[in-house]
Amino acid sequence: MASVEVTDQIDKLRSDFPIFADIRASRPFYYLDSAASSQHPAVVIDAMDRYYRHSHANVHRGVYGLAEEATGIYENARKHLGRFIGANDPSHEIVFTKNATEALNLVAQGLGRVLLTSESHVLLTEMEHHANLVPWMILQEQLGFTIEYLPFDAEGLLVLDDLDAMLERASILGVTLMSNVLGTLNPVAMLSERAHQHDVLVVADGAQFVPHFATDVSELGVDCLAITAHKMLAPTGIGALWARAEILDRMQPFLGGGEMISDVRLDGFTANEIPHKFEAGTPPIAEAAGWDAALGYLEKVGMATISAHDRSLTNYAMIQLQERLDDRITIFGPPDVTKRGGVISFELADVHPHDVAQVLDQHGVCVRAGHHCAKPLMRQLGVGATARASFYLYNDEQDVDALVDALLDAYRLFHD
Amino acid sequence: MNDLDDLYREIILDHYKNPRNQGVLEGPTVHAQEGFNPLCGDEVTIYAQVEDDVVVDIKITGQGCSISRSSASLMSQAVKGKSIDEVKATVSRFKRMIAVEESEGEPEEVDLRVIGELAALQGVVKFPVRIKCATLPWNTLMIALEDAQAR
Repeated sequence: MASVEVTDQIDKLRSDFPIFADIRASRPFYYLDSAASSQHPAVVIDAMDRYYRHSHANVHRGVYGLAEEATGIYENARKHLGRFIGANDPSHEIVFTKNATEALNLVAQGLGRVLLTSESHVLLTEMEHHANLVPWMILQEQLGFTIEYLPFDAEGLLVLDDLDAMLERASILGVTLMSNVLGTLNPVAMLSERAHQHDVLVVADGAQFVPHFATDVSELGVDCLAITAHKMLAPTGIGALWARAEILDRMQPFLGGGEMISDVRLDGFTANEIPHKFEAGTPPIAEAAGWDAALGYLEKVGMATISAHDRSLTNYAMIQLQERLDDRITIFGPPDVTKRGGVISFELADVHPHDVAQVLDQHGVCVRAGHHCAKPLMRQLGVGATARASFYLYNDEQDVDALVDALLDAYRLFHD
Repeated sequence: MNDLDDLYREIILDHYKNPRNQGVLEGPTVHAQEGFNPLCGDEVTIYAQVEDDVVVDIKITGQGCSISRSSASLMSQAVKGKSIDEVKATVSRFKRMIAVEESEGEPEEVDLRVIGELAALQGVVKFPVRIKCATLPWNTLMIALEDAQAR
């Protein structure tokens, strides 16, 4: 159960998020969809507001003071994010992108094209989000290599029996740190170690993990990490790719345009230094300022506190769902809460997830329903869709109780 | 909860729990068409048996939410035995009722006696996200019928 200290802290911090006061004033509001996108504390909104009111200019271009100020804000966010995930060289190893999806496309096109031939193998898992599947499939159409998949078992854990044989054939391993459907926390540090024994580079999807767990890229041992801001209290429209400097140096540019070049002639171009050679065009500057503020907020609360809170709430939810709904509910993913993050996908007997989410909405309970951009995973589970509740630092046991009450109501509506 | 009761009317729940015309058709006059709603993963396959421009039989398989399943079931009843022209008129009336005909901004008053049980799906208008669930089988049927006419 949650320690009194942690619970106390959570109660206080919800008031930092304007949306809760705003919406709850008029209707019930239980936000259980942070795995899709999280809410924002006032410090994040203020940082963006302050930027637009006082500091806006284009970055890396003007020599005037305001342009330098904007550049400073943008580059500080880069360094902050680098430190947040334990990068060795924060100012060179973080590439800002639109989101984690773009970061994974950048790896596929930037690194994949350099590394892979028609003879190559790319190893992925069956639990990947479309963002870590389709970029590789697009590249496969261009280069004609083979994609293999690590399967998962009935508890939603990766089956690693053939890992070494698969790694022996592979050049790249793409794996999510945490499944957005099953909640599974994959043993990525171990996978990286084994992958490196076979000279395989590891591309990790950190979209779900990084917002909820202290992240150190050296401990994880991965070579590339895709991150998105809007699942960690920060704005939409910005994400990042972290990769070790020597890997970024090897990668080809993906998007061309201004800023990513050091010279352009009529017969060609010379790419800029890293990380700028991957950042074509004017970047999301205000969003970077917002992300910087979000990182500061998360550090103040403490990632360990957030992980512990997620886990105690997940544990409470698993118990409540099973006790109060019993055989009327099927929960997917690991039963052991130490092997999963704060994401619970489930199926209510004979009620389609879309209908579940609709009835829940009438109770003010916001959950995601659908295939969660993981259709191969859904096919493995043998379902077309699931409903998914996900937790973050501002959720509490009342949110879970409201969820279970609403689920009982949905069940009654479709079974009476 | 009034809006919700409006969405989940008894007829809807009945057709969801006991869908009509389920199954597969085979034969040279059968036109099969798959439809997907990428948003929620709903899938439907329509088998329309068309002879002399008449939908003589229709069967449906697939998986989906109560709205898409009941819409498919109600549709199968509404179009079976009708000529393609009559089916097109029904589709048009149905779409106008739930305000998805392109030229229409607001849902239109549709003669409920003409539209019959399909009127049960009217409540979907208040839930814009669900309109796609309701129209999926209809759009899929239209493709199957275009295929039938093209041959």
